[in-house]
Amino acid sequence: MTLFSRLHRAIVFVLFVSLLGACAGSNGTAITPEGINDPNEAANRRVHEFNRSLDRALIRPAGVGYTNFVPDGIEDGITNFALNLEEPKNMVNSLLQGNLRGAGLSLFSFVTNSTLGFGGFIDATRELDIPENDTDFGETLYVWGVGEGNYIELPLLGPSTERATVGLVVDLFTNPLNAVLDDRSRFFYLTPAGLATGLSARGRFTDTIDSILYESADSYAQARLIYLQNRRFRLGDSESSTEIDPFELDTEGF
Amino acid sequence: MKRRHFLAMTGASALIPALPAFALTEASATKLVNSLVADVNKVISSGKSEKAMFSDFARIFARYSDTSYISAYAMGADGRTASKAQKRAFSEAFQGYIARKYGRRFREFEGGRLEVKSVRQVKNWYEVDTTAFLRGEAPFTVTFHVSNRTGRDLFFNMFIEGINLLLTERAEVGALIDRNGGNIDGMIRDLKASG
Repeated sequence: MTLFSRLHRAIVFVLFVSLLGACAGSNGTAITPEGINDPNEAANRRVHEFNRSLDRALIRPAGVGYTNFVPDGIEDGITNFALNLEEPKNMVNSLLQGNLRGAGLSLFSFVTNSTLGFGGFIDATRELDIPENDTDFGETLYVWGVGEGNYIELPLLGPSTERATVGLVVDLFTNPLNAVLDDRSRFFYLTPAGLATGLSARGRFTDTIDSILYESADSYAQARLIYLQNRRFRLGDSESSTEIDPFELDTEGF
Repeated sequence: MKRRHFLAMTGASALIPALPAFALTEASATKLVNSLVADVNKVISSGKSEKAMFSDFARIFARYSDTSYISAYAMGADGRTASKAQKRAFSEAFQGYIARKYGRRFREFEGGRLEVKSVRQVKNWYEVDTTAFLRGEAPFTVTFHVSNRTGRDLFFNMFIEGINLLLTERAEVGALIDRNGGNIDGMIRDLKASG
């Protein structure tokens, strides 16, 4: 067994155990006023503390160092390379969602960026103003009518939902690139590019991420609320008109 | 008074509070967002120190947003037990906190722009969708909610990629109140020191 398939199995194992833990712990529902379903809050908070110390000790310094040290052009190139390799997964999921336009966009991006974009290092389709099509099996499940499930904070990966976590596991197995690439090339190209992309994001958005993790009064609750709102927005599962009427709030004295 | 007249009168008076809403139009809501964006851009490109920028942002926030609504919303249910002085102190501390927290974030807007994409009416307010184009980032959606509750067109909420500013800040204020064991003055003190 190569190192890559070991890593692959380790990730699947962690996700699987997290999900089992989440399911086993979910007796009844605990819905907060913000519409958050988090019956395993105590366990999730422990994972959050673990993630926070991991970030402080390792991920934040590595991400900030990576962004500062690597020239922007190379950093962007590596991120583009990794994102281009996501396109086959985007295409498959778009097809599963019955989204032919999205599947076409992903196919077009993958072919264009892999050729004109020198193997994906240049995001040629962004230069051409072609819209991005970023999706995953979690979204496919949403389209198929599967509920969001409980909120769950995953070790290393951070905020998620049960539905999104199942999607993550399925995407690991169904990525068409798995059939094309052997273990060796996956280990030497895919994994480092994916890690570098994560570090790049941590480094680039360091102000925003720091303000959530280290400057808010309850970083767990902030991360949970922000993740869920953004995830639901991206799935098209949010409705602004449910907001309370500005004319009905008592603002006397403020 | 005849019953019919009474009904007509109550009917008419029921309309009065709704009247100013007709003054808010798609065009005026868009205009508000455009001039807000222009003012923010002016501050960013002014090259002033961060501290000077924060007070500029605080002024912009006071001028373009419905600060009393935003403060009342952010304090949530705890606002009901707060005294008049506490409400006023909170409102002031909260505005400073927002200017510092989001002012720092505005630096990322340098060299970028916001474009109004669409406006639509939701109940008695308007939703203005804009697209933010930032250097080296994929475009993303910033939405403003505009009402004329106060008689002037003001924005009362903002969303960045679906993240509701008011909801997020109310959770933060709630956490600060919890951390202070329910003490509102303690929360206001913490708020002044953060962001």
